[in-house]
Amino acid sequence: MPATRPTAAVVGIGLVAGLFSALFGVGGGLIVVPLLMLVLGFSPRLAAGTSLAAIGITSLFGALTFGVLGNVEWLPAAKVGLPAMAGTLVGIQLQQRLSARRLSVVFAAFLVVIAVRLLLE
Amino acid sequence: MIEILEAVGLGFAAGVLSGMFGVGGGILFVPTLSLVLGLTQLHAQATSLVAIIPVVAIGAWRQARHGNVSVRAAVVLGLSSAGGVAGGAALATTLPEDVLRTLFAVLLLAVAARLLLDARRDPARVDGDRVEL
Repeated sequence: MPATRPTAAVVGIGLVAGLFSALFGVGGGLIVVPLLMLVLGFSPRLAAGTSLAAIGITSLFGALTFGVLGNVEWLPAAKVGLPAMAGTLVGIQLQQRLSARRLSVVFAAFLVVIAVRLLLE
Repeated sequence: MIEILEAVGLGFAAGVLSGMFGVGGGILFVPTLSLVLGLTQLHAQATSLVAIIPVVAIGAWRQARHGNVSVRAAVVLGLSSAGGVAGGAALATTLPEDVLRTLFAVLLLAVAARLLLDARRDPARVDGDRVEL
């Protein structure tokens, strides 16, 4: 990041991302990427990469906080997290070959199904 | 046994999506943990944050190798998020379970809407930049 970029804006984005992350149990990349692009003029690529690194730190704070509060269940975390580590390596390979556009429509439909199930719970 | 296979499958899928879209995978971890493994919404969200860490570590490492990480911005952003995390955790542990679950369902619908809008409005962007990792 060039020195001319306002650090205050980055701190502001961090505060919002942390709130979002801890409230929803997600990394926060969903809002960090667009904010880095809109507020600081990052390219989509730089925003995505920087976001991944930042949400690693954010998730660590969240995990520690909820861990101390006794809300983390470690075995289930391993059950989804370990296969996800293998999955992300596959995803990185696949991104070169598949149409993300087509996949994003399937992904969106899947999210709607999950949302309906959660609302009916 | 079936639950474990389903959780492993969805965990793997979350990882694939993480690799393709450059996100942490939490959006799939949370419902997998709650709907499949039977965790409460609060515990699912808290546990999701733990599962995200190794996944984004791999993604960030790959991105850094391609020069796509502004280290200073990432560190400042990450460290300053601690304040927000404290507030978000206080809120999440205070809100009733059903409110938390409903908020998460609304987030899923919002993400789905954005994915569809992006795919319609700007195919080049979705096919190109969004999947960079």
